[in-house]
This record gives sequence, structure tokens and C-alpha cells, in this order.
Amino acid sequence: MNAPVTTPTGKSRPIGASAVRSGGVDRVTGGQQYVCDVRVTDPLQVKLVTIHSARARILSIDTSAAAKVPGVRLVLTAADLPQPVPRFGPHVEDRPVLAVGQVNYHGEPVAAVAAETRRAAEEAAGLVRVEYEELPPVFTVDAALAPEAPLVLDPSLRPAGDPRAQTNIFSEHHFGWGDPESVEEEADLVVENSYEYPIVTHFAIETHACIAAPDNDGVVVWSTVQHSFQLQKMLAKVLKLPLSKVRIIAPDAGGGFGGKQWANIQPLVALMALRLGRPVRLVLTLEESFQAVRRTSAKVRIRTGLRKDGTLVFEDIESNFLIGAYVDISDRVVSKGSYLAGGPYRVPAVRIVARAVLSNTPPATAMRGFGVPETAWAREMNLDEGALALGIDRLDIRLRNLVRYGEQFVPNDTPADGRWEQVVKRAAELIGWGSPVPPGRGRGLALGLKSGPTTGLSYSTVRLLADGSAVVFSGTSDMGQGARTVFSQIAAEELGVPVEQVAVVMGDTAVVPYDQQTSASRSTVIMGTAVLNACRDIQAQVRTAAARVYGLEESEVSVDGGVVCLPDRELPLVEVAKAGLGKMGGEYVGNGIGRRDPVAGHPLSGTAVFFEFNCTAIEVEVDRRTGELILHRHVSVGDTGKSLNPMQVKAQDDGAAIMGLGHAMMEHYIFDDAGRVRNLGAIDYRIPTSKDLPLELISESVENGDGPGPYGAKGVSEGSILCVAPALGAAVRDAIGIAIRDLPLSPERVWRAMNASRS
Amino acid sequence: MNDRFPIDLKINGQSYSVDVSACDTLLDFLRDQLGLTGTKECCVVGECGVCTVIVNGRTVNSCLMLAAEADGCDVLTVEGLATEGRLSPLQQSFLDHGAAQCGFCISGQLMSAHNLLTRKPHPTVEDVQEALAGNLCRCAGYEQMAEAVLDVAKGAKE
Repeated sequence: MNAPVTTPTGKSRPIGASAVRSGGVDRVTGGQQYVCDVRVTDPLQVKLVTIHSARARILSIDTSAAAKVPGVRLVLTAADLPQPVPRFGPHVEDRPVLAVGQVNYHGEPVAAVAAETRRAAEEAAGLVRVEYEELPPVFTVDAALAPEAPLVLDPSLRPAGDPRAQTNIFSEHHFGWGDPESVEEEADLVVENSYEYPIVTHFAIETHACIAAPDNDGVVVWSTVQHSFQLQKMLAKVLKLPLSKVRIIAPDAGGGFGGKQWANIQPLVALMALRLGRPVRLVLTLEESFQAVRRTSAKVRIRTGLRKDGTLVFEDIESNFLIGAYVDISDRVVSKGSYLAGGPYRVPAVRIVARAVLSNTPPATAMRGFGVPETAWAREMNLDEGALALGIDRLDIRLRNLVRYGEQFVPNDTPADGRWEQVVKRAAELIGWGSPVPPGRGRGLALGLKSGPTTGLSYSTVRLLADGSAVVFSGTSDMGQGARTVFSQIAAEELGVPVEQVAVVMGDTAVVPYDQQTSASRSTVIMGTAVLNACRDIQAQVRTAAARVYGLEESEVSVDGGVVCLPDRELPLVEVAKAGLGKMGGEYVGNGIGRRDPVAGHPLSGTAVFFEFNCTAIEVEVDRRTGELILHRHVSVGDTGKSLNPMQVKAQDDGAAIMGLGHAMMEHYIFDDAGRVRNLGAIDYRIPTSKDLPLELISESVENGDGPGPYGAKGVSEGSILCVAPALGAAVRDAIGIAIRDLPLSPERVWRAMNASRS
Repeated sequence: MNDRFPIDLKINGQSYSVDVSACDTLLDFLRDQLGLTGTKECCVVGECGVCTVIVNGRTVNSCLMLAAEADGCDVLTVEGLATEGRLSPLQQSFLDHGAAQCGFCISGQLMSAHNLLTRKPHPTVEDVQEALAGNLCRCAGYEQMAEAVLDVAKGAKE
């Protein structure tokens, strides 16, 4: 653990020390109130009605038997909703509150029951008779792109004049620079392969939950949501209410990982509450959560051109992402995940064609890494292939092409903002790169690069109270990443208040000022800046007060962190602040903003505020009889700029690494022939347990203070997931001599690969 | 379906004589009837471990046990770990090691770990991993949790 950072006078500084988690006590006593724990007066319980089909025309819905179940208060179908049925979505408003005439993915709700008890709601939901006619679904990229494929999305829901309206391609993005074709002759070697990344899901241990209640002439909604202000905006539109009448309360979520960013069940729950005039409550089962959100899968074809010495000449990448039946935020995943598909390298010519391919599968949404793991899997595996063919060390080929600090590697975008070679060299050192590999084992190493947020807007209010304690107001969601703790540390640092005397209020749109969203590892940088600025606003007020109290000119007073510097002495800011308040008491209220404006014409609407860069290196042993992988060492090194709370940074890095290993080794949706998900839930969809860990897991950070956030911080939380799969794939190939290009690297897949090559 | 059974049981040292629904699980009973919401619900098939409580000295997935079956039992839930407002050494250690992140699985993890330490005050890291293997954590704070448990064991009497 890091030693506390101290000032020259020996006083401990909050920043850079591992403050204990804000909200931690409630998390170890069972006192933390998640949405499912919130008690409201006299709630009705909601159960969704679904059919066992991935695509079907609804012929009739008979709710009469369900309505007769004692305690049932409402059985709602699309026909009972305002017409046309409200649709919503962050990109296009394509998703109906309840299925309209047709089910487009396995698990799409066709009706909902509200009853006095959960059991009555469940019983009634089972009695809703839905007559339907099966329609042929598409649930793979190839089937969706086939010329005769049925259309997943009603063309009328597309933007007007969309030339792709009669296809299943929702969008096609073109990125790049230079011309791969014209430079191809400069390449001594061209490596071309296809790689697949499967559908995986967030599996937050807290399933999605929502409670809605009428609130005077508006509505209050408790939701397991990351973007409470985006939900507010969306619900206001669906419900035709002003923002001021839609209050979102978002208690700290039990894990988000991107899956709780955007609306899915909330419009339905809110409409039911308003219709019934009573609070209603819906807690999804784990199976239903699997059908509510999942990661985009992808099929990536990549051609990599290299000179004999390993210098990259071009990358030519075609990424087909399989998105769900409704677009959600997945189009952004596709574009952002592909935009940097060329990686952290100096590549003279890059061509990227990225498609969002609609399918009759559960809606794909944001997930940790946001499309980058899908493309990094292909690029890094392919680069290894090139290195092996050219007889070049796989570390050397990366260091040769890696961009250096300040180098602009994507035209018109942010230059490399870190000394990434330090990261790569440290990871190589920790894995023992270059030392002999024990028999039966292999090593792999890969680089991952993700653009942080490209726009951002966060407001914060900080109140310094009369007794010298402080309250931070922030619209960020803390779903485990520890934003509360970091904000309390910033306020403690700036105001000289002990960190345990800083309260952080979050998660209520009626109380905290606007925040755009909690995503893209942005909160330390953008909201952190807002908190910092709010504290600096208070510092300025205290400076004014000091001049008044001590009879000085303001120019004679300065404030540094929690210390007020007068011409003859230094005083704790809190002491000066108290003197400034005088007998009446009161408080100081500071406001701050963290803002990053869009850039007109930029393909991602803005340049990267920072990059998340990571090098993962793995040493694996392959059991030749079973195909099982034994991870002897997993190394993950990132570039944090400055780790404001090293313990939390390490926890995020370890967690992302292990989640990445889940994706790389065990997780994937399995569909039956009719496009229904066969492995919903915890029995048939496995995630890593305490017995699936690498024997040694090392997470480290390089800190050069070169980030745009407070104290030189960059965002963390996603870096360590970006390139786990290719590091593992490379290690497996090093061990068995076979490249496997599909995930997960399950024992079965590895065993089959070894045995196919034998025969 | 609406049959109710009278049961007597002890929860966190306190005696209860209550009627429970025949089809309520111990988890339903704890959360919905008693308002002890520290015990969480996720998979409801005994795989994720968030609903772990200790019944007569054994860890149990409370989603798989009927409330009626708890008649005569001694039940310990996360709410019973702290005494007189003071965190137990295990809770304090989880806090100190940053083992609780989103926190949703933590009640179950604590109960599994607590039971391990009761049975075996000086476990190996493998013992800890085995004891917590039935408790999923998607934040994947497994190493932090193992360190927290081993740290408590270090301070335990022989």
C-alpha cells in the first residue's frame, strides 16, 4: 500500500493517499440502500410478460385470466398506452415502451402486470395469453447482412432519407488517413485475418430495478441508472412533463459497467405509476437483466502491412459489430470502438470501415471498454502474427511502432498524452519478457488504447459549513468505482477539511446540479474538475473574508490548498473561514463546472479529453489433455497521470483485468436455432469466481502527472480490460503454436484447436 | 398457496415468533417481512451467493431455503456482525482493504468469510478462495477480500 503523501511540515495530504471508501461502512454492514432496498408506501409490484421467441408477430393478447388474479391492479399492453406508443433511445427513438405488434428480440416485454404482491404479479403474468406467429429471426452478422435477410428495424423509425433503411446496417462509419492501397507495395508482408468477439453481458450483481411514484403533478423515479440526468430528459419527453417535474433518484448502484447508462424499463414503470396513481416497483430477475443489456459482439477483418523491420505500413480494418434489435447507444460503441482501431501506433495509412449491424438479439449497449476490446483483440493478435512471420520479437515490434509523448498519431485529434513506452517496458519487465519461458507455458503481451470522453459537462456545488466540515454535491453515479471517495479527497485537499468530514451527496436530480453522464472513465477528470473549481470558488470567498477580517488588501492574501497565506503567517483555511462567517454563522457555497465542448466536424463530436492506455502481459500454461488454461501471471500496467486514490485505482484495474479474463476465457451468449438465448442466468453463464484468478495478478500505474484532470489525473477503470483477450490469445499461441481467432478461449475451444492441428 | 406457518427462530441473537408464508424463502422472509435488507437477491438459484446467511453454523443460500424450514434455527445475517455499533474485525478489514466496491455482493462475502474464520481461525489463501468461491463479485475484488480475511486471521488468537 502507498505511504501517505505528506507536506513539508509533515501534514498528511489527502490526494495520492488511499482514503477509505466514502460510503464504505454502509457497504460492510448491509446498510447501503440500493434501489431494491428502498421502501415506499403501498407499492404495487410489476412483472413483465414475455414470449419465448426472438421474432414474432403478435396476433392477440388475452389479459382476462390475468386480470382476475386477486390483487392484480393493472395488466398493461401496448394497446393501453398512449398512441402512437412512445418510443425512446439515446440515438434514435426506436424502442417502444412495450412491444408494438411484433417482438424483435428474445425477452422483449409484450405486457406488464401490476399487483399488490410479487407473487400475484408473477402468477398473473403467467396467465397472459399471447398468440403469436413466429417470424424468421437474424442473430448473426452474416445472416443479418444476407441480401434476403428480413429487416430488423422498421424503416420508418430511421432518420429520414436513410439510404440503408432497407438493410440491417444501421450505420456505416469510415475513418482513417492515408491510402492503404497506394502504400501497399511498400509492405514486405501483409497479414490478413478475421477475428470474432462474442456477445457477453454486464452481469452486475445488482439486477436492474426501478420504482416510480406520482409526486404532486410530476413523478419521482428511483432507478439503478448511471446517467440520471439523461434519464430525466428522456422520461420528461415520454411523459410530456417539464424537467422540473421529473425527479430521478439514483442510489449508488450495485455495479454498472456501462449496462445501466441508458433507459430500458424506466418509461414503462413511470407510465404505470402515473396511470395507477400509486408507486410501482419492478426488479428484474438476473435472466431479464441479461435480456435488457449486453455488449456488442464483433467480427473484425484486418489486413496489416509491415516492412521487414517490423515498421507498420498500413492497417485496413473492417469491423462488423452485431447490435441488437434497438440501437440504444451501440452505434456510438461501434464508431468509438473502431475509431482508434489502429491502436497507439504510428501508422502511415489507416482505413477503417465500421458497421452497426442490427439483429433480433437483446439490445447492445455500452460496456466497459466501449467497443475497444473487440477491435484490440483483432489488431493485437494480427500484429503478433506479423512479428512471428518476420522473426521479430513481439515486444520490439510494439516499441518500434509505439507513438511517443506529444506525437499526433490520429490527424486532428489529441496527441499521445502519456509516456506509454514506460508502461510497456514496465509490463514487459514484470512478466519477465526475454527470460526463458518454463516448459508448457507461453507468454503474450498486448497494448490497448481507448479515447476517454470527447465532450463533457459537469456541475458541482460545494458547501463549507460553519463548523468547518464540507458537503460536495455531484450528479456522478458511484456504482463501485469510488467517485465519492475521490471527490471527498479533492474537497479535503482544497479546503483543508479532514477527508472523513466531507460528505458527498449524489444521485438525486432534485438536489444535485446537472451532470452529463457517468461513463468513459470521465468522472475523476470532468466532475473532479467541477468539484475542484467549486472548492476554488470557496477559496476565493475565504480570501476576500480574510482581507476583511485581518484588515489587509486582497492582493496580500493567497490560498494554497487548505492554507491561507497572510503576509506574516499561514492559517488553516477552515479557521479563517469561521472567522469570516462571524457570529451569524452561515456557510460558503462554491460552484464549479467541468466542461469540454464538442468540436464541429469531428467524427466523434470531439477530440479525446485523455487516453486510457494499457499494456497487459500474461504467462499461461495450457493443459494439453483438457485445454484448460492456468494463468501463472497476469500483469496490467496503465497510465493514470496521477492516481488520486491508489487503492481504488488498483481495485479498478484488478477488477477490469478479471472481467477481461471472463470475456476471454468463459463468457458468451449461446443461441438456439431460433435465436433464443439458451444460457440466461448464473448457472449456464459463468463469470470468474475467486477460484478463477491468475495465480499472480499484478496491477501497476505509471504516473507522470500529465493528465488534464485535477492534479494531473487521467481517467481509469477501463484500461485494464482493453487488451486482456489478445494478451491471453498470444500467450496461448506461444504455448501451443496455434492462433485461435475466436473467443472465448474455453477449454473446449483450446482442446479442439490442439486436436484439429494434430489430425 | 397462502398457507401460513408459525415459526420460532433466532435472528442475530434476537428471538422471533412469527407466521411465515409457506412459499416464502428465508430470503423473502428476511427482506420483505423483517426488513433486513442487508441480505441481497440476485440469481435466486443458489449460484451467486449474495443471499448467503449462516444457519446453525452453516452458510446457506437463503434463496434456496424456505422460511418455514428455519423453524427452531439460529440465523446470522450481515446485520448481526457489528456489535453495539462497532464493526467486527472482518468488516473493518474489508473496509481497510478496499474490498467493498459497489458493495452488492459484500454481505454474502462477509457471511462466507465469517463462517470460515469461525471454523478455521487461521486459513490459507486457498481456504479463503474456496470459502468464497460461491460468492460472485463482478467488481472482482477477490484479492482484496482474501487479503482482508487473511489480515483478520493474523490477529486471531491461536
